[in-house]
Amino acid sequence: MHDTVNAVANFINLDTANIIYLFLVGFVGGLVSGFIGSGGAFVLTPGMMSLGVPGLVAVASNMCHKFPKALVGAIKRAKYGQVDVKLGIVLGISAEAGVLYGAHIQESIKKSFGEAGSNLYVSAAFVVILAVVGGFVLLDAWKTYRSGNAHEEEKVTKLARWVQSVNIPGTMVYFKSIDAKVSILFTIPLGFATGMLAATIAVGGFIGVPSMIYVLGAPSLMASATELVIAFVMGLGGSFKFAMHGLVDIRLAMIILGGSLFGIQLGAIGTTYVKPFMIKVVMGVIMVTVLFSRALMVPVYMSQLHLIQEISEGTAKSLKNVSFGIMIFALALGAFIVLRAMWQGRKAERLQHAGEVLGHGKV
Amino acid sequence: MAKNYQSKKPVGKMLFMGIISTALYVVLLSQQDMLNEYFGKGGVYAFLPIITAFLFSFIHGTFTGDFWTVLGIEAARKKKEVK
Repeated sequence: MHDTVNAVANFINLDTANIIYLFLVGFVGGLVSGFIGSGGAFVLTPGMMSLGVPGLVAVASNMCHKFPKALVGAIKRAKYGQVDVKLGIVLGISAEAGVLYGAHIQESIKKSFGEAGSNLYVSAAFVVILAVVGGFVLLDAWKTYRSGNAHEEEKVTKLARWVQSVNIPGTMVYFKSIDAKVSILFTIPLGFATGMLAATIAVGGFIGVPSMIYVLGAPSLMASATELVIAFVMGLGGSFKFAMHGLVDIRLAMIILGGSLFGIQLGAIGTTYVKPFMIKVVMGVIMVTVLFSRALMVPVYMSQLHLIQEISEGTAKSLKNVSFGIMIFALALGAFIVLRAMWQGRKAERLQHAGEVLGHGKV
Repeated sequence: MAKNYQSKKPVGKMLFMGIISTALYVVLLSQQDMLNEYFGKGGVYAFLPIITAFLFSFIHGTFTGDFWTVLGIEAARKKKEVK
């Protein structure tokens, strides 16, 4: 337990400003994750680090707030009939394996190339994955919006139809979200990739949700809700692993949880008011915005590794600040879209209700 | 489900859970040194943060859920058609 002594020594002093800051970021992160099933961690982890929390303690504390938050969100959305528990658990267990493997890769990269090498790997993974998946999700949402069929049920992709048609005896499992049997030989790699991404950039949902929608054929509302089950399974295992090494700062985790539980309830309620394609809009917008934030940091890490000409300390600091600012902006933008869509949905419902009451001559 | 929307708002329950939740946070913030010492020990002490997280999620989660209900922010009446 050599980590233990260091970890305790590294637990920072908390002042009121820090507490309010963590609570607010937690709230916005919770709001977004209640809506799209993931998000927040990419701001929370660097946010904690900017307060002086060591990287590993920040990751551990973030994870320890994530699993109870996901649990509360999943229960809420299960009440709306949006959660596929079986799919969540199947993907969650394979995601857990992905987390362990991802953490192992992280450790070996850190050993071989140091802190900057590990940061470069994380940022490069961020940029590539967010560009490909985020671009695709956003394009799909845009197409739905342009086609004027936003109210219609989502179409199952060709890939998902193929996946559902493949019959491998002995591996077929029925999932209610897809309303079909799918071989777990397809779900295992998807869960594994989700876990690996979670271990790398702390947001596995950026792979989990799109893969459930586009590869398995789940509706976006159910995919985003089921992601909360995966996040719970993954978060619980991960938190325990970190806690075994004494790395969880329970104060940080619970303060963020304090804000995020307000947010996640609101985000979950929000999903009942919006058209399903809005999930894709919010997810895509956040992913693409965050992509720019990480891309800005790539030259800083490359310079630290002497792969490119050295960048001055001042420039590196400004890049870091702009990068963090963009991440906050991404999360705030996501929260704004969720709240606006919810507000409009509620307004439309009130108008409709008033119309019905008048129609029945009750007034 | 229509009955739920007509039911009384859970003001009493919200206040009760709110008080317990606040008490938990007061303990958390006033006993920082002690908590850091035990929770940072690792090993079998790993159960401490996990149990704490479950406890907070139950108490504070119930409070926050009731908080929005009391404010009148609830799920849409017409549930989305979900396959």
